[in-house]
Amino acid sequence: MLRDVLKALLNAPWSAKLGLVIIVINVTLMVFAPVLSPFPETEVVGDVWEAGFWANDCTPEGIAAYECWDEINRDREHKVLLGTDHLGRDLFTRLLYGARNTISIALVTTILSFAIGISCGFLAATLRGWVDQGLSRFVDVIMAFPTLIFALMILSVVGTSVGVLIVVIAILDATRVYRLSRAVAMDVEVMEYVEVARLRGERIWWLMRREILPNTLPPLVAEFGLRFCFVFLFLSALSFLGLGLQPPTADWGSMVKENAGAITFGIYTPLVPAAAIAILTIGVNLVVDWFLRKAAGLRDEY
Amino acid sequence: MDSLPVMVGKRLVFGVVTLIAISLMIAVGVELLPGDLAQAILGQSATPETVAAFRRELGLDLPWYTRYITWLGNFMTGDMGTSLANKREISELIGTRLGNTIFLAASAAIVAVPLAVFLGMMAALYRETLFDKMISMTTLSTISFPEFFVAYILIVLLSVQWSVFPSISNIAPDMPLGRKLYAVALPALTLILVVVAHMMRMTRAAIISLMMSPYIEMARLKGIKRSRIIIHHAFPNALSPVINVIVLNLAYLVVGVVVVEVVFVYPGLGQLLVDSVSKRDLPVVQASGLIFAGTYVLLNLTADVLSILANPRLRHPK
Repeated sequence: MLRDVLKALLNAPWSAKLGLVIIVINVTLMVFAPVLSPFPETEVVGDVWEAGFWANDCTPEGIAAYECWDEINRDREHKVLLGTDHLGRDLFTRLLYGARNTISIALVTTILSFAIGISCGFLAATLRGWVDQGLSRFVDVIMAFPTLIFALMILSVVGTSVGVLIVVIAILDATRVYRLSRAVAMDVEVMEYVEVARLRGERIWWLMRREILPNTLPPLVAEFGLRFCFVFLFLSALSFLGLGLQPPTADWGSMVKENAGAITFGIYTPLVPAAAIAILTIGVNLVVDWFLRKAAGLRDEY
Repeated sequence: MDSLPVMVGKRLVFGVVTLIAISLMIAVGVELLPGDLAQAILGQSATPETVAAFRRELGLDLPWYTRYITWLGNFMTGDMGTSLANKREISELIGTRLGNTIFLAASAAIVAVPLAVFLGMMAALYRETLFDKMISMTTLSTISFPEFFVAYILIVLLSVQWSVFPSISNIAPDMPLGRKLYAVALPALTLILVVVAHMMRMTRAAIISLMMSPYIEMARLKGIKRSRIIIHHAFPNALSPVINVIVLNLAYLVVGVVVVEVVFVYPGLGQLLVDSVSKRDLPVVQASGLIFAGTYVLLNLTADVLSILANPRLRHPK
């Protein structure tokens, strides 16, 4: 089993390997953030928008009036690798903790959305009848509405907190998972082995978990990657609009927003967290792309 | 086997029902919410008298269905109520902003649609060539980029490094068209990049699945010239999926405009919506949210209708 996986990985195209490396790096940073980061999450370590390792202008009269990186970091125990943010906190530290908060919340949301979407989708496929009709019409209504606008309207009523964000995004996203899992379960549900299990008197829960789920796994796993990307981008967009995670929690989307003012001074601080978001999404997309081609031969035309 | 007007009518009804259902959900949500909305908006320091007055103003002392029906009736007749934040008429607040948003979305669409369809078709017809691979790679990365990342890269390049365009797009109604276009250049460019990537990818997929269909293969095997296959066999059938792709992406554009407006501090409806959400100015959020959603629903409806018109087979669903 493990050997097969390793072999598949070794034979993967370079794009999939690159994607995997990106994911592994992100997960490592996320898990070991407190160990790896040189400063505490919210400690102010210096001036506003100090330059990072790219600082090269030592003269005080220079364009950005920055001193060399070594000069900046002369009195510090650790150097500020990527400079400081709008409150003088170490950007690298914030980036690590941001990985922790953003990725874990996106992950929890995606898992919740899959739990809801798959159970409703499988229920609709096995029970059919009014359950299927009711759920499907409800999903039709939600999907006819633009997700971002819907989320904004709900958030204005219930206010922003981590729990609310997770539940709202998970429910909105579960509609897409529902569509897919219902469709794949419909195909599996008519198979003889499901019929046999049904006649054997197995309960609906067993049917869903032991008969349908294992046989619908590949498309669902691929979809998990795609939905994660979507949730992650969506969460970042909400944070960027100031409606996601609230300060002082570090989060990539809000880091972009908070430092946005720097850009007109020619300071590229907000690009760093934005690039982090983009890189992780590309990584996941590359792996999903490879997985889809490999596992099911699905969507080869993309 | 419905006739076309009946089908269109059905979908139109579904669209309206959707909008009503969502606004109803929001109304019920306000009711079911634990705690007091008026208190939550005013904050802990508000006196009970202020809260009571505010509740009356919001209509929170009435049962939710009365409140909802009054609101819906007013909304239908064009009276959207007044903003909680600055007591101004919402219709007056929204008026010029809606125009600005449509101006931005339209100027992006005019460039994006032909460009994307052309590039997508080229990528499909010259499949597996270097050109196709380049396009696939660019679209994959652009789709992974959040809109604000694209926007800030453009600001860095075109506004900070080379001062070509302004990084803040301020437009006023009395500006001449040229000045207006100059002001919206960067936000429009951002939208174009994002939408073109999506549209190209979808066009390419649609054309490729079309070119693999049996009748195209048959035509090819009969030895018909490639140009004739494309014009006589592929084009009439490609019309429906491509129109679909275009309209769906226009719908996407309408929503994507929200983030881009915030980046460029553009005085549009999206900016108003986001501001009102953070101020919890419910009447404004509801009005502008429903305008966005209504446009989105309408565009999706148009996509359905146009693809049915272009492809008569869809009139007889299996």
